[in-house]
Amino acid sequence: MGEFSSNGIMGATDEKMVDTRQVSIMIAVEEQALVMGPIDVPVTVTLDQIKQMAEGLGMDGDPFMSVYFVNNKEITSSLSGVLTNEEKDDHETVFKIICQPQAVFKVRCITRCTSSLSGHAKEVLSANFSGDGRKLATGSGDSSVRFWDLDTETPEYTCEGHGDWVLAVAWAPSGLRVASASKNGKILIWDPSSGKQMGKPLMGHKDYVSFLCWEPLHLNGECRHLASCSKDQTIRIWDVVLGNTVRILTGHTAGITCIRWGGSGLIYSACRDRTIKVWRASDGVLCRTLEGHGHWVTTLALSSDYVMRTGAFDPKDVEILAYKELPKLGHGEYQEMAKSRYDAFMANRGPEVLVAGSDDFTLSMWHPTEDNKIKKKMTGHCQTVNDVKFSPDGRLLASASFDKSIKLWDGKTGDFITTLRGHVQCVFQIAWSADSRFLVSGSKDSTVKVWSMKTKKLEVDLPGHADEVYAVDWSPDGQRVVSGGKDKVLKIWRH
Amino acid sequence: MPQNEHIELHRKRYGRRLDYEERKRKREARSAHTIAKKAQGLRGLRAKLYNKQRHNEKIQMKKTIKAHEEKMTKTKTEKEVQDGALPAYLLDRETQQRSKILSNQIKQKRKEKAGKWDVPIPKVRAQSEAEVFKVLKSGKSKRKAWKRMVTKVTFVGEGFTRKPPKFERFIRPMGLRFKTAHVTHPELKTTFHLPMIGVKKNPSSSMYTSLGVITKGTVIEVNVSELGLVTQTGKVVWGKYAQVTNHPENDGCINAVLIV
Repeated sequence: MGEFSSNGIMGATDEKMVDTRQVSIMIAVEEQALVMGPIDVPVTVTLDQIKQMAEGLGMDGDPFMSVYFVNNKEITSSLSGVLTNEEKDDHETVFKIICQPQAVFKVRCITRCTSSLSGHAKEVLSANFSGDGRKLATGSGDSSVRFWDLDTETPEYTCEGHGDWVLAVAWAPSGLRVASASKNGKILIWDPSSGKQMGKPLMGHKDYVSFLCWEPLHLNGECRHLASCSKDQTIRIWDVVLGNTVRILTGHTAGITCIRWGGSGLIYSACRDRTIKVWRASDGVLCRTLEGHGHWVTTLALSSDYVMRTGAFDPKDVEILAYKELPKLGHGEYQEMAKSRYDAFMANRGPEVLVAGSDDFTLSMWHPTEDNKIKKKMTGHCQTVNDVKFSPDGRLLASASFDKSIKLWDGKTGDFITTLRGHVQCVFQIAWSADSRFLVSGSKDSTVKVWSMKTKKLEVDLPGHADEVYAVDWSPDGQRVVSGGKDKVLKIWRH
Repeated sequence: MPQNEHIELHRKRYGRRLDYEERKRKREARSAHTIAKKAQGLRGLRAKLYNKQRHNEKIQMKKTIKAHEEKMTKTKTEKEVQDGALPAYLLDRETQQRSKILSNQIKQKRKEKAGKWDVPIPKVRAQSEAEVFKVLKSGKSKRKAWKRMVTKVTFVGEGFTRKPPKFERFIRPMGLRFKTAHVTHPELKTTFHLPMIGVKKNPSSSMYTSLGVITKGTVIEVNVSELGLVTQTGKVVWGKYAQVTNHPENDGCINAVLIV
C-alpha cells in the first residue's frame, strides 16, 4: 500500500479512493518577503492546516483570520477545491499560496436604526464622523452646521453663519477643528468642543465650494492648512490660524469637483475640464497633469485616504478607547503617531494610488507620485461614477454609480472583481467599515444598504428614510453609521 | 418716397459732414431750451397733451436715474436661502424632473378603506341621474323607456365587450370614452399624459363608479410607472390616484391632479 499511495496517477484514476496526489506549495504573505516552503503536501490539505503552517511565518495579523489565495482564487475549504485536475497532476510548479492578513478586529454589521434625529430644517447634504469616530458634524441646506452628541444621540450644537447651503463639512484629522463650506463661497472653521466659530470667515471663492481637504496630520501636527476647491476654477490653501489665503492654485479651466491632499505633500484636483492636476502644496507648483478622461472628472480616491483621515487614531484600539478620549498630547506626539501609522501603511501598500471616477462612466488608476501614465482604465459602469472609495486596508476599491450598481475592483491592479446590485436608483455615496469587511451605500431610492465583502452580496437592507439619501458615513470606530438626506432627518444605525 | 437706401449708401461711400458730431452734440445740448420754448408756446389741448407727455418722460427719467444710483452703490443684501438644496456632487447637473415624494402606502390604504380622501377638490356638485343619463326609447312603437345613454365621459376597461342590445341597459357612447388623462404633479408643477387604469370613485354615486363615469371631482387611478416614483422600501410605484379638475364632457380632455 505504501507504493500505491506514492503513485499519484493511480490515485487519480480511482475517484473513490482518497486523493493522494501531492503538490508542492509555498506560503507567502502579501506585500512582505516572508516565504515558507516549498514543501510537498497532499492536495487534500485543508484551510485549517494551511493556517497552522502559516502560523510560523510571524506576520503582523492573526494567521487564523487571514484569507488565502492560490492563483488569485480564494481557498475556502481545502486546496483541492481550488486547483484544477491538471494542476493537481503538476509536479513541476510550486504553487504560491498568498496569505492576506485581515484586520484583527471585527466591526459588527449595523442592523437597526437607533435614532432618527430631526433638527435640520432642510436637506442634509453632508454628514461626517471625526477621525476617531467620537463626534459627528452635519451640513444642511438650511445653512447651518450641526454637531451631534453620539453617546446620547441628541443634538449638541447648531452653528449658523453661512447664509447658504452648506455643501461640505470636513474634520481636521486631529479632531480639533471642523471646516464647512457653503454655496456662496464662504468657508467657516468651527470648534467642535464648544460649537463656536474660530477666527474670521475665510472669504475669497467667487463661486460655490465643492470640496474641502485638510493637510494630513503626519505632515503637520497642528492641522493649520486647509485646501478648498471651487467652481470658480481655483484651489485655495488657507492658513486657518491666521485666517488668510496662503496660496491660490490656478490652472484649471472649469469648475473643480474634488481634491485630495496626498500623504507626500501633493494636492490632487479633479476638474470638469477632464483633467486631474497634481500640485505641490508647499510652493504651489503644478507638477503633473493627468489626462485620460473624456468627460468631467467627478471624484477622487487615494489608497491612503482612510489612514490619513483617522490620523493618530487606530481603529484597532477601539475597545480601549471606547469610553475615553485620545490621551491629551501635544501636536508633535499626534503627528508622530500619525506618521508611524502612515509609514506602516505605505510600506505595506506600495506607492500612493489615485483613482478617479468620471462622467465618461469609467475609472482610471494612477500612481501620481511617480509619473503621469495611466495605470489602468476601469470600465464597466454605464452611468456617471459618483463616488469611489478605497477600503481601509487598501486592497479593495468600491465605486458607486448612477447606473444603480456598486462595483468592486482590486485596489492594487484595478482588476474587476464583482458588481453589487440591489439599489433601484442612483447610488450616491458609499462608506467602508474600518475592518474592510462591510460597505454601506446610500441611494436615491431612499434606502441604505450594507454589503458584505466576504460573500460579495447584500448583507442588510435598511429602509427608513422617506427620500433620497445624500450622505452616508461609517464611523472609524466602527460603532455607528450615519445617513442623511432629502427628508431632513438624520438617522443613526447601529448593531 | 425713396426707392432705395440712398442716404445710407451715400454715407457709407463719402462719410458724414465733417462737423456732424459737433453739430449733433450742440443740438442735443440745446434740446432742453427748444423743448422749453415749445412748451411755453403751446396753448389749449396741444399744451395739455404735451405736458402730459413731458410729465411721463420725466417720471421715467427719474426712475432710470434712481436705478443707476442703486446699481452704483454696493448694498449688502441678504439673499434668501433657496429651497431644494443639493449636495455638491449633484450641482450643475441637469436633474431630470421626476416626482419623488414617497407615498406612505399604509396610510393610503387606510384612507382607501375609510373612503375618506384628502383631495384637492373636497366639495363636488352632485350629478343627478337626469343629468348623467338620457332616456332612450326602444321597442317597435318606442313605448319602452328602460335604456339609458350616459351623457358624460366614461372610462371603459380594456377587455369590455358590449352585451347584446336586448340586455344592454346602459350605453356608453364610443365618442365619450377616454383612455388617457393629463395628470399634473402638484409639487413638480409638471403635467404628464398618462394612461388611466380605472375609476376609483365618483363621489356622486357608486353606480357611476361602477359604470366608469368621469365628472369633475372623480378620483381616477392612473399608471405612473413612467414617472419613476419609488416607495419607502424602494419598490417602483405603479398605480396612483388622481382627481379630475375639469369638466371632461365640456372640454374634450381629462385634466387631473395627482394625489400625493
